[in-house]
Amino acid sequence: MLADAWIYLLAHPAQFSLALGVHVALSASALVLAALISIPAGIAVARRSRLALAVVNAANVARTLPSLAVLALVMPLLGTGFAPALFALTLIALPPIVTHTLAGMRSVDADAVDAAVGMGMTRAAVLWRIELPLALPVIFAGLRTAAVQVISGAVLAAFIGGGGLGDFITAGIAMMAIPQLLVGAIPVSLLALGTDVLFGALQRRITARGLRTA
Amino acid sequence: MKWLLRNWTDVAYALWEHITISVTALTIAFALSLLIGIAAARRPRLYGTVMTLSGFLYTIPTLAFLAFLIPLVGLGRSNAIITMVAFSLMILIRSVATGIREVPADVIDAARGMGMNAKQILWRIELPLALPLIVAGLRVSAVTVISVTVVAAYVNAGGLGTLIFNGIASDHPAKIWTGALTACTLAISVDLLLAGLERRLQGRRIA
Amino acid sequence: MITLEHLRKNFGASAQAAVDGLSLTINAGEICVLIGPSGCGKTTTMRMINRMIEPDAGRIVVGGRDVMQIDAVELRRSIGYVIQQVGLFPHMTIGENVATVPKLLGWDPPRTAGRVDELLALVGMEPGLYRDRFPRELSGGQKQRVGVARALAADPPVMLMDEPFGAIDPITRTRLQDEFLRILRELGKTIVFVTHDIDEAIRMGSRIAILRAGKVVQYDTPERILAHPADSFVEAFVGGDRSLKRLALLTAGPYIEHGAPTAGAPHLPSGMALRDVLSVMLAAGADEAGIVGTHGDVLGRVTLDAIRNAANMAKS
Repeated sequence: MLADAWIYLLAHPAQFSLALGVHVALSASALVLAALISIPAGIAVARRSRLALAVVNAANVARTLPSLAVLALVMPLLGTGFAPALFALTLIALPPIVTHTLAGMRSVDADAVDAAVGMGMTRAAVLWRIELPLALPVIFAGLRTAAVQVISGAVLAAFIGGGGLGDFITAGIAMMAIPQLLVGAIPVSLLALGTDVLFGALQRRITARGLRTA
Repeated sequence: MKWLLRNWTDVAYALWEHITISVTALTIAFALSLLIGIAAARRPRLYGTVMTLSGFLYTIPTLAFLAFLIPLVGLGRSNAIITMVAFSLMILIRSVATGIREVPADVIDAARGMGMNAKQILWRIELPLALPLIVAGLRVSAVTVISVTVVAAYVNAGGLGTLIFNGIASDHPAKIWTGALTACTLAISVDLLLAGLERRLQGRRIA
Repeated sequence: MITLEHLRKNFGASAQAAVDGLSLTINAGEICVLIGPSGCGKTTTMRMINRMIEPDAGRIVVGGRDVMQIDAVELRRSIGYVIQQVGLFPHMTIGENVATVPKLLGWDPPRTAGRVDELLALVGMEPGLYRDRFPRELSGGQKQRVGVARALAADPPVMLMDEPFGAIDPITRTRLQDEFLRILRELGKTIVFVTHDIDEAIRMGSRIAILRAGKVVQYDTPERILAHPADSFVEAFVGGDRSLKRLALLTAGPYIEHGAPTAGAPHLPSGMALRDVLSVMLAAGADEAGIVGTHGDVLGRVTLDAIRNAANMAKS
């Protein structure tokens, strides 16, 4: 079975590279866009507890929505293709990043901030030199979660014409062609696992030495 | 809207299928996780291994996992249920094990010293006190399961996803809206319900 | 009632055993206090009696039975167990907490309920008020009262208490000590009581076992330990003020002499401890104090000389 899949892959190199490329592009773009929106938003809201609470509640509700449902809802509005898929995936990636940003900011030792302000640091300096470095591990954990979710969601983008490795899987299922199916399923799984491991390693490296528990 | 009113029996049926699959999967996952979680709570190395394995399963994209099972179990409900159980293990085992481990040591010491045996300590002290955390895990797993079921329609498992896929295939927006929105409503309702339960149980943990 | 014979326990095979050939006999109805510096093995010894820790060597006999021959779980249901942090079950009401061992023993519900109320009243907690409350609603002192009630629930002949009042503020602690002394003496329980506080030991103990490096250095009544410490270690341990501590154990009554006290002398009750009498006299600059009975009638006087003689250990 695996051998057949390998043969299929070798027979369709261009198609595979394209699908892989689109998948990575979709996922990476969605992640970056979501991060660019969520992280600043999270930082801005962190200090205003009532607003922060509202954001967290909204994000928690958004997190429960099935990914395919979100993708499907986008279709009647924006049509099919790469852009609508990107839009939907960005939406899917927003909640974990914003909740982790808020949690990360909240986890910063209040005494450290107090000391920094007391020593005469400006608010901006406190943010960049104290709060963000301390919040970064948690924020990064949110990015890691979002990355894996987005890669998984990008598989479903095949249903709304977004392309990506999901195309092989859906075609394989539709035609009951196992080799084709595996050419989609195996690489995307490796992609997801690899991304998780990579982010995990990065997370360990960016955790300031004093915060490390391991 | 008109479509929904005319075809609400179809929607109701899809919803019913969706709920039954989800509940079945969740029950199996919960039973397994309880067994594994209780064992892993006391053995750090087992815990580590179990977390790594279940984490690995969890990271595999939904459609890919369903696809992998096709050569093994074909299409249909069993496929979906196995996938959902696999995805739920990590969260549930972690909730059970952590919940048990967070029971204060002096409470366990008192229980032991008073003459409770291990089984009594587990059922009368550890599990009741771990309950809020376990429910928190159930909450996340329930939502995950509902989400997977939507996709599982593509491998003939039934559920609300069938409406979505039919809608996409026949370019019928009403079906897509109905399927997607119903699924979202279901997910949100279940989440709120379990969140409420979790909050009510939290009170009992503090001494 | 309880016999410990040549107990040994070594954690992790280090050079110094936690408990090193310890032997002790505790009579029924006694309160035996185990005390010593950190690491002396007092808690380990106590926890071997109900087999929370299994001894490496030696024998423990409780009420005529060798504890190693009894199932550990069954043994623990027949011994009361009170620890410093209490360990009340947070998800159960006070009533359910106290009912734990009776339920484990299979008592029928009416009997259990009656017993719960009886015990709550005994430890000074109004049953109607507290039975259905939860541990988090209670203060530290109240929690410990419930802890003792819980340990007494199945009416065990033996109780183990590991620094039960250690986490409680000093004022509440003194009151609790007095109350429990009264209750436990009334009930005639045999108690093994671990503490690091020498004053608590002197107040609570029928006999005190002073431990060091896993062995008993001296085992005697508080008075005799204060009067005749076995060695320099015990002497240092009981404190440089041991003659004053002895005076705290004596009351004015037996030392009353005939004769009216001098004018201006302080008037004190006959039940007052000699140490406090001395303290009042010193503060007032008086050489004697008038002792009065319960109705205010003057019984006689206590002189500085009499107190000095009482404190003189060379004569005892």
